[in-house]
Amino acid sequence: MSTACEELVDPKQIKLDEIINKHRYDNGPLIPILQGAQEVYGYLPAHVIKHISKAIRIPVARIYGVVTFYAQFRLTPVGRNLINICLGTACHVRGGAKVVETIEKELKIKDGATTEDGRFTLEVVACIGACGLAPVISINNEVHGRLSPDKIAGILAKYE
Amino acid sequence: MAENQRILVCAGTGCASSGALPIIDILNDEIKRQGLEETVTVVGTGCQGFCEKGPTLVIEPQQILYTRVTGEDVAEIVSQELVKGERVERLLLVDQATQKPVSSMADIRFFSKQHRIVLHNCGVIDPKKIEDYTARDGYKGIEKALKGMSPEEVMEEVKKSGLRGRGGAGFPTGVKWGFCRSTPSDKKYIICNADEGDPGAFMDRSVLEGDPHSVIEGMLIGAYAIGADEGYVYCRAEYPLAIKNLGIAIKQAKEAGYLGDNILGSGFNFHLKIFEGAGAFVCGEETALMASIEGKRGMPRVRPPFPAVSGLWGKPTNINNVETWSNIPHILRNGADWYSQFGTEKSKGTKIFALTGKVNNTGLVEVPMGTTLREIIFDIGDGIQGGKKFKAVQIGGPSGGCLPEDMLDLAVDYDTLTQAGAMVGSGGLVIMDETTCMVDIARYFLNFSKKESCGKCTPCREGTTRMYEILDRITKGEGKEEDLDTLENLAITIKETSLCGLGQFAPSPILATLKYFRHEYLAHIHDHKCPAHNCTALLSYSIDTEKCKMCSLCAKNCPTNCISGDKKTNTPYVIDVENCIKCGTCMDKCKFGAVSRA
Amino acid sequence: MEWLTLTIDGREVSVPKGTTVLDACRMNNIPIPTLCHAPELTSAGACRLCVVQIEGMRNLPPSCVTQVAQGMKVETQNPKVRNARKTILELLVANHPLDCMTCQKMGDCSLAEYAYDYGVTGTVYQGEKRCLPIDDGNPFILRDPNKCILCGKCIKACTEIQGKSILDFSFRGFDTQVGPAFNLPYNESDCDFCGSCVSVCPVGALTEKQMAGKGRPWEVSKVQTTCPFCGVGCNFDLNVKDGKVIGVTSNPEVPVNGKALCVKGRFGMDMIYSDNRITTPLIRKNGELVPAEWDEALDLVATKLGEIKKTYGPNSIAALSSAHCTNEENYLMQKFMRAVIGTNNVDHCART
Repeated sequence: MSTACEELVDPKQIKLDEIINKHRYDNGPLIPILQGAQEVYGYLPAHVIKHISKAIRIPVARIYGVVTFYAQFRLTPVGRNLINICLGTACHVRGGAKVVETIEKELKIKDGATTEDGRFTLEVVACIGACGLAPVISINNEVHGRLSPDKIAGILAKYE
Repeated sequence: MAENQRILVCAGTGCASSGALPIIDILNDEIKRQGLEETVTVVGTGCQGFCEKGPTLVIEPQQILYTRVTGEDVAEIVSQELVKGERVERLLLVDQATQKPVSSMADIRFFSKQHRIVLHNCGVIDPKKIEDYTARDGYKGIEKALKGMSPEEVMEEVKKSGLRGRGGAGFPTGVKWGFCRSTPSDKKYIICNADEGDPGAFMDRSVLEGDPHSVIEGMLIGAYAIGADEGYVYCRAEYPLAIKNLGIAIKQAKEAGYLGDNILGSGFNFHLKIFEGAGAFVCGEETALMASIEGKRGMPRVRPPFPAVSGLWGKPTNINNVETWSNIPHILRNGADWYSQFGTEKSKGTKIFALTGKVNNTGLVEVPMGTTLREIIFDIGDGIQGGKKFKAVQIGGPSGGCLPEDMLDLAVDYDTLTQAGAMVGSGGLVIMDETTCMVDIARYFLNFSKKESCGKCTPCREGTTRMYEILDRITKGEGKEEDLDTLENLAITIKETSLCGLGQFAPSPILATLKYFRHEYLAHIHDHKCPAHNCTALLSYSIDTEKCKMCSLCAKNCPTNCISGDKKTNTPYVIDVENCIKCGTCMDKCKFGAVSRA
Repeated sequence: MEWLTLTIDGREVSVPKGTTVLDACRMNNIPIPTLCHAPELTSAGACRLCVVQIEGMRNLPPSCVTQVAQGMKVETQNPKVRNARKTILELLVANHPLDCMTCQKMGDCSLAEYAYDYGVTGTVYQGEKRCLPIDDGNPFILRDPNKCILCGKCIKACTEIQGKSILDFSFRGFDTQVGPAFNLPYNESDCDFCGSCVSVCPVGALTEKQMAGKGRPWEVSKVQTTCPFCGVGCNFDLNVKDGKVIGVTSNPEVPVNGKALCVKGRFGMDMIYSDNRITTPLIRKNGELVPAEWDEALDLVATKLGEIKKTYGPNSIAALSSAHCTNEENYLMQKFMRAVIGTNNVDHCART
């Protein structure tokens, strides 16, 4: 009996409720809850947003507005490997745009998209703060610096 | 060697990205292996500033700097340097002017020309240890304030020091505190703005990573002067190491009795929380930042009321950025008179700049206000990479402007830069050489501003896109001369009618480049040429069959595989113009000068 | 009350302390264009069309959120101010469909009015234009997000007046939109179709679907009346063309409700011309409802009620009255039941 009940409860849902309960009575709980929820689900599915809305009594439209405002939040799942291409000023001046173009051609996707096989998600970001190594990209938070277009294929090949 | 030695390994984000973290473990193992663990300690520090040459490490007390260190070098460093006291020459920095290796930090212009107040502990202490901070007079400033000074006296001291806000416009910090202090309220907040959104600036991140207690102490002093009992550090989520180190520091400060209730038995209470920003440049603007903490879209609101009157949750709130807060403990410890001896008449103290772009020594530098751009770029920065010609320096990020060569002797402070059409801003200094196109730079910044516009007010939301589109057309050779008038009119309207600083300063890169580099715009428009050979739409690459030796090096290195040819069948090498992304790799790789650019 | 004196375009005027520059101008019949301002909503200062020049102030402050100060010198029409407004209008028009001849809002569109006033050509900026799907899935409100100028008034009407918060901004910068959560169409959201959003929209982004193609503002006469649906007494304007009611618009001047209405009041007036509408009393004869005269019907009811009361007693009769009636009519109903019939069996459809 008890095992049957446990199977019905989604472990992610339990974690989500823990996060909500942790922040529920804070001033301004919404963004920390959304950040926590995204950590649990990898993105913010509509049903999660609706659940949060009911739990902390903030209208869904307002939460959707917040989710779409900040770059951190995503409404769709991310690929197996997340590529962040830095286009901070230092990277731009040292040829970052060519790195972007090379990766886009190599993976046949544009900024913000995921490859059809779900292997890579591509995101152009403002600055990852490794300006001394410009131009840089980070794949799954692993930084590759001092890049040039001819190095790209070799780096991408390392990620399955 | 009998003397106790310390090896300071930079573990800031820059060096960590270059592979610094494994070096610490390898060093510890090697020291044990060679039996030196009694006399040598390895410390993982915050940013030492010299990101370009990372991973870097410093041997103390001799102050020897090693650069671009890898795991394989460790054994040699230990046996040569630590055991024999001899340098490992190949890992020393080479001075670009003399082409000779220099070992002592005192002889390296990158360090010797700096004056470190805020970065005093950065790269020297272990940021995860509060005792490292207190050993270097940490928390002496708040002790002094709580034990012998009234809040008014603290505020007066900060006023007298002449410290101005390091986040942008340079408003006098003490005066700003006074506004919040004088608003009657049962509750006040202070906030540390660590939403360093300027692409190309990383001083706030480095301070939080390398010396988080200095920010906490600065905020404690500010809270005491203002009468606030709660504070937030609003930090970008993109800075995980800063958040981690600050979190550790807050925990330690609580345990040591520097945070919480009845601090040091004085009756003064202060609680500090970290708020992780969710990624929006506009949240660097005070009212947008507060909206974000309140869980709303980070859209700025009209001022007045100013945050000092009605801020976070309607309560009086004072916001300063990381670098500003980090200056405060030094002012309290050493006095306003000491502090105000640095800098110029109206801009006191030092300023940290993130020196990046086409300069030899990229990294983090702290200089007294009033230092000239030439000193920063050519002495500390050691000149332009690859012996190329300096063209411009972009100061202050997307809100700042580009200054040309004849402004290099400008003594950098708030007022001179504003007059010249740039701004201190966050302190990003991006160096550009003859291969940087100034129209493209303006286009780059407008692309940034348009992406980061919150969309609330019309001029910024619609105008930044239109300015970007005009610049984009110009870089593609599709511009018309009247576009420049349209741009100028639009720039001025956006500057004068936008709701917040993001919009008001978004046109600055255009206005500055139009002022100093108008000829580059005209070359794109009239001649359809990019003088810097940077704008790809105006470039084409071709292979000269006369000079080509059919070595196939270009084809092998082409990232888009658009060069074809075959020596066996005597098929000449040609570039498929359709697929060429004009990256120039083929030209760089060709040993015979057969690839030409037009 | 403290009064402050300021100079607007060289004219000295006095206004109460706390007045905005915009209100000071309007009190003195000095025209200022506004798109995001509405007196019944909080001010955002977002459209920036109401900018003026004020001596000693940096840049051009928006008059809607700038409070008057003693001795202030304001210029509302100088070339710099007019140029800034014209540029802002050019920017808005550059991202707005130019199908004015078929737009329902034509003749009542603030953007068109100001564009005309400021000589906007619509040709200065060429580039990207929004291209979003039109929300046509409900019978009441037509939402064309491509015409939206993002003034945000609909969001505030929904939140501040109705307390529903169905609408909000989403995305940011040039991609900013207004709509229900997940950009769902209205009929898939929790919207009640009160139409408050429509009543504040300054352009053709939100229009009354019933009136589409039925008449231009200058062909329509507005007849103020009281809503017949319930006893609250909301007033609105019937829009009448050629003697026929084509729809309802709210009237900000009316005392009871201002611009606020419910779905019935704003969108329920098609009942006037409904084939199902009962226009005479009906009496069931031989199982069929047959039209009757009022006298005949009333006599019948009186007789029957009298018989029931006599046979079964007053408490065998109950009355249920309607929210459709006025308060006075409902009062009379209960009075009749208590005093004439002699029972307390009185109820009302809106009570439960």
